[in-house]
Amino acid sequence: MTSWLAAHRRACTGTLARLLRAPLASLFNIAVIGTALALPLGFYVILANLQELARDYSPQPQLSVFLAPEATAAEARALGERLKARSGVSASRFVPRAEALETLKSRTGLDDIIAGLPGNPLPDAWVITAAGADAATLDALRGEFQQWPKVAEVHVDSEWARRLDQLLALGRHAVLLLATALAFALVAVTFNTIRLQILTQRDEIEVAKLIGATDGWIRRPFLYFGAITGAAGGGAAWLMIWGVLALFNDRLQPLASLYGLPLRLTHLNGSDSITLLFFAAALGWFGAWLSVRRHLGTYNPS
Amino acid sequence: MSQIALSSVSKRYPGGHQALNGVSLAIEAGEMAFITGPSGAGKSTLLKLIAAIERPSAGSVVVNGQNVGTLRAQGIPFLRRNFGLVFQDHKLLFDRSVFDNVMLPLEITGFDRREGARRARAALDKVGLLHKEKARPITLSGGEQQRLCIARAIVHRPAILLADEPTGNLDAGYAADIGELFRDFNRVGVTVVLATHDMQLAARLQPRLIEIRSGRVHHD
Ligand SMILES: Nc1ncnc2c1ncn2[C@@H]1O[C@H](COP(=O)(O)OP(=O)(O)OP(=O)(O)O)[C@@H](O)[C@H]1O
Ligand SMILES: [Mg+2]
Repeated sequence: MTSWLAAHRRACTGTLARLLRAPLASLFNIAVIGTALALPLGFYVILANLQELARDYSPQPQLSVFLAPEATAAEARALGERLKARSGVSASRFVPRAEALETLKSRTGLDDIIAGLPGNPLPDAWVITAAGADAATLDALRGEFQQWPKVAEVHVDSEWARRLDQLLALGRHAVLLLATALAFALVAVTFNTIRLQILTQRDEIEVAKLIGATDGWIRRPFLYFGAITGAAGGGAAWLMIWGVLALFNDRLQPLASLYGLPLRLTHLNGSDSITLLFFAAALGWFGAWLSVRRHLGTYNPS
Repeated sequence: MSQIALSSVSKRYPGGHQALNGVSLAIEAGEMAFITGPSGAGKSTLLKLIAAIERPSAGSVVVNGQNVGTLRAQGIPFLRRNFGLVFQDHKLLFDRSVFDNVMLPLEITGFDRREGARRARAALDKVGLLHKEKARPITLSGGEQQRLCIARAIVHRPAILLADEPTGNLDAGYAADIGELFRDFNRVGVTVVLATHDMQLAARLQPRLIEIRSGRVHHD
């Protein structure tokens, strides 16, 4: 067990030594991997921030239930009772058509045009607040109310929040696709780097095999190299995004204080950052593993 | 049971050349044997078959009771650790120092580094190269490279030393020293098998002589 640990420690320090022996090449390699990872990471961070923003500013989950023009006052009252009795409705308010017209007038300043209309074109309405805010709940309520008698139309007032949600979901898919494509790139970069290393070290590999090295012993430093450059690339990506965010927040500050908005883009949290490093290390390891499997067999002396 | 036993071993290389043809011989533990014969007789091939660097086309090669020819790939590294190998073409690593070349067999077996460094220096001292431990092998003379190869072969204290022309590039003085080294090893129980043309060395050490001609044992 201790000798196993010692062997791994030695492979690890050996890999670091090898990285330092060719500092420029290592740096370029890490930069390439870092850039490949920084792209999806950046998008992810922006999406996460937007999502946070959307959560903070999402309005009351309100529905406007517009009555049919021919509905009487009694029918409107009955509908109100039925709405209040429905579970999932936490508050309701009646907006008579006259009040709606007044609001329209005062808000839009279209007095002249409205005065020119033959009558009040607006219907009576119940504005209700739903207990749940998620899109599915609101949709279900809307569908149900739509079926009720004397209801002309039901409108979900927080529709925009839902659109944003859908947009964000689309964005998450795009990030996932991008991340997958660039994960392939990372694996390919590592694969090729290891291939070149195996080529330049084939004497060493041959001699080591001749004097009794196991395949595991020969593979280990390459696998470590893949994992360590992968993790270093992940770290580089993290730093790049950190720099961009710092710059952006700096620029955003005057604008944000002007509108009194707490606009500040935040980076990945601690556990997500660790996950990123592990993920990058795993991809590098995988690329190295593929390369070693493919290329080391070629140098079997027997 | 003999430590090394070949029975009716033939080796035909992929090109079609018959390097060995029905060779049978047995070498006991602690023996010193010289394989002699003209160039191209098959001496190197014989050593390579024993170390599982080549596989026999026919017959069996048995080392320490293990059939080398049918050994699984995973078993080969552990078989090879029984041997100290001196290669005819040295096979030194030119991007490592002399010291690091000698450390390689110990690194492979996961030897403790401090104790390993002590052994590596002792091995270099035995072949008279301790003062060059930091040098690159490329800066060494042919004879020095040969001695470095010997140091690498003995550093892990193998049970069997297989040396292919270990004195080929050495002047008589060093050849005699290396000969003494092999004799010392043999005295502490190491089996020594040399492929050599060096009849002077043979005359001094009085080993068992196995002469090969055109792939057959001509005289034993
Ligand atoms: N890898 C190989 N492929 C094809 N033929 C080979 C190979 N290795 C050796 N041979 C041939 O096998 C024969 C025996 O070679 P080997 O190296 O065993 O001779 P040797 O006795 O060691 O000669 P020397 O004294 O010159 O080192 C030679 O004719 C050689 O050309
Ligand atoms: Mg030879």
